Amino acid sequence: MILVKSLAGKPWVWSFIGALVVWLATIIFTGGYGAGGMVTAALSLAVFTVIVGVGQMFVITLGPGNVDLSLPANIGLASAVAMKVMGGSDSMIIVGLLAALACGAAIGAVNYLLIWALRIPPIIATLSASFIIQSIDISYGRGLQIKPPPGFADFANWQILGVPVLAILTVLFTVGAAIALQRMIYGRSVLAIGQNIRAAWLAGVNVGRIRLLTYTLSGALGGIDGALLAGYFRGANVDIGNEYLLASIAVVVIGGTSVAGGKANVPGVWGAALFLVLLLTMLNTFGVSAGVRLLLTGLIIVGVITAAGGEKAAR
Amino acid sequence: MTVASVDTSKSSSERGALARARLLRGLLPALSLAIVLIAIAWLNPRAISYFGFSLMLNLAIPIALATIAQMFVIAGNELDLSIGTFVGFVGCVTATWLKDAPLLGVLILLGSIGIYALLGALIHLRNLPSIVVTLGMSFVWQGLAILVLPKPGGKAPDWLLAIMSFKPPFVPFPIIAALLIGLIVHFGLMRTSYGVILRGSGGNPAALKRAGWSLLKTKIVLFALAGLFGVLSGMALIGITTSADANIGNGYTLLAIAGVILGGGEFVGGRVSPIGAVIGALTLALAASPLLTFMHIPPDWQVAANGAILIIVLAARVLISRRER
Repeated sequence: MILVKSLAGKPWVWSFIGALVVWLATIIFTGGYGAGGMVTAALSLAVFTVIVGVGQMFVITLGPGNVDLSLPANIGLASAVAMKVMGGSDSMIIVGLLAALACGAAIGAVNYLLIWALRIPPIIATLSASFIIQSIDISYGRGLQIKPPPGFADFANWQILGVPVLAILTVLFTVGAAIALQRMIYGRSVLAIGQNIRAAWLAGVNVGRIRLLTYTLSGALGGIDGALLAGYFRGANVDIGNEYLLASIAVVVIGGTSVAGGKANVPGVWGAALFLVLLLTMLNTFGVSAGVRLLLTGLIIVGVITAAGGEKAAR
Repeated sequence: MTVASVDTSKSSSERGALARARLLRGLLPALSLAIVLIAIAWLNPRAISYFGFSLMLNLAIPIALATIAQMFVIAGNELDLSIGTFVGFVGCVTATWLKDAPLLGVLILLGSIGIYALLGALIHLRNLPSIVVTLGMSFVWQGLAILVLPKPGGKAPDWLLAIMSFKPPFVPFPIIAALLIGLIVHFGLMRTSYGVILRGSGGNPAALKRAGWSLLKTKIVLFALAGLFGVLSGMALIGITTSADANIGNGYTLLAIAGVILGGGEFVGGRVSPIGAVIGALTLALAASPLLTFMHIPPDWQVAANGAILIIVLAARVLISRRER
């Protein structure tokens, strides 16, 4: 009982319950057919949302107005860079991944440079940056060898007993992110800045460095995500990251992280990502048209946000 | 952090410098438009003509209207990420029901403004992050648009086509329309007493609440106005393109935010400028394609040029703001 009570008090539990409900609704509809396959598919797809979601979560936790809108463009460019560097050869996989990581990290650092040097809100800084990145990607990606090396594509699609290996690695990564957030000086500094940037500064937190690190981290995660996506879908294209703008923000908020900053939640990102992916699967299974699917996705996101509610501002 | 603090203990000479910096800051949107115009005139003198402007500013009216819609939302310290798909939805309704069943079409459009008002109420009452709510709504509008018009097509009502192809003497229609939009909204928001309250709801909500004004009502009004101008934008767009497509407005979300910021608006504090927003929208409309075409910039880089223009203008603003303090 105590366990149930303490669990119900945690916001992230609800995202998992939501995912479970959607999954049950789907398998009741199909009469139990494909229940396991659906979990496998959901895990493989949720991975990509979780990776960018964690980056976005750190950024959003920095406080009101902090958000990384350049992730879709970043994912697109990094996927092209990774595929180009790998050039279809298995021996270059690691180099390609590092290139995507570096590309993403550079984008993140440039984002913070714009925010810091021009003192403009992060929304508009990352937005302007994403315009430029998008153009670079369109121009760079033209006529490019966009197929991943076979080894990398196999790795991205590799499953052990129906569990995607990428999902296992991502769970390990999120555990690391949770530890970094709650137990390391970096994470505690991010939370402190989100709660009160001035107090954090007075307490001796190097605000500039932590913010730079956070935007760079978000960018780097976007970069690695792009490379993995290109591997999973066996090819890179400019629009590959488009859906991750909404998804990355939505999983953070549905997962119980405060948009006002200073309060983050790592497990919730997983729950929310699974919820969103399963929701899409459910709507596809029901055979609804594209219009109805978009409509219901939007309504459910608004509904979930409304039900979860925003907390009253502390001021 | 970026909001300049107002210090009352400044000496008169300092205050003079401050006023000059403020003026310069206020003129910045017009200045950036002038620079873009000069660049176009220099690259292609023939573009500076009645016909040239009519052509170059073709899409400026819907962009300006969408920017004004976004401006109302930003005035209340919120952000609307759904305005682009909303414009697309309105476009689809305009090209189908508004032509075939005008009464039903009008009711749907009024209803969609009502939904915007409800969103404002919801965001205020449940204290929700507007970014997420409107991101969700962007899916709703796009879904509805696809349901209304599954394939590109439809046709604009004749009266709308007639309005949008109006050719006044001497001054091209887009310029007159932009002036009118800017002046009307400027008067409403900057010169009426309730306009002050609306801006105050973004500037200092706590003070406004203590003074007895309903923040719920201001938010509803701001969102309803955003909906209204979104509807106007979608209708104007269809009046120009003559037919619709569910994705026709998608680019407007970011264009509108950029237009507000270019026009001197700020994300927090209720600091917005309707005339600036219209000028920002014109600058973007001109910079987006005519200027780049004349500069022989390949289409690949046109999006980047938009980003670069934003960054340059913001950098100029920082230089001016430094003097302001």
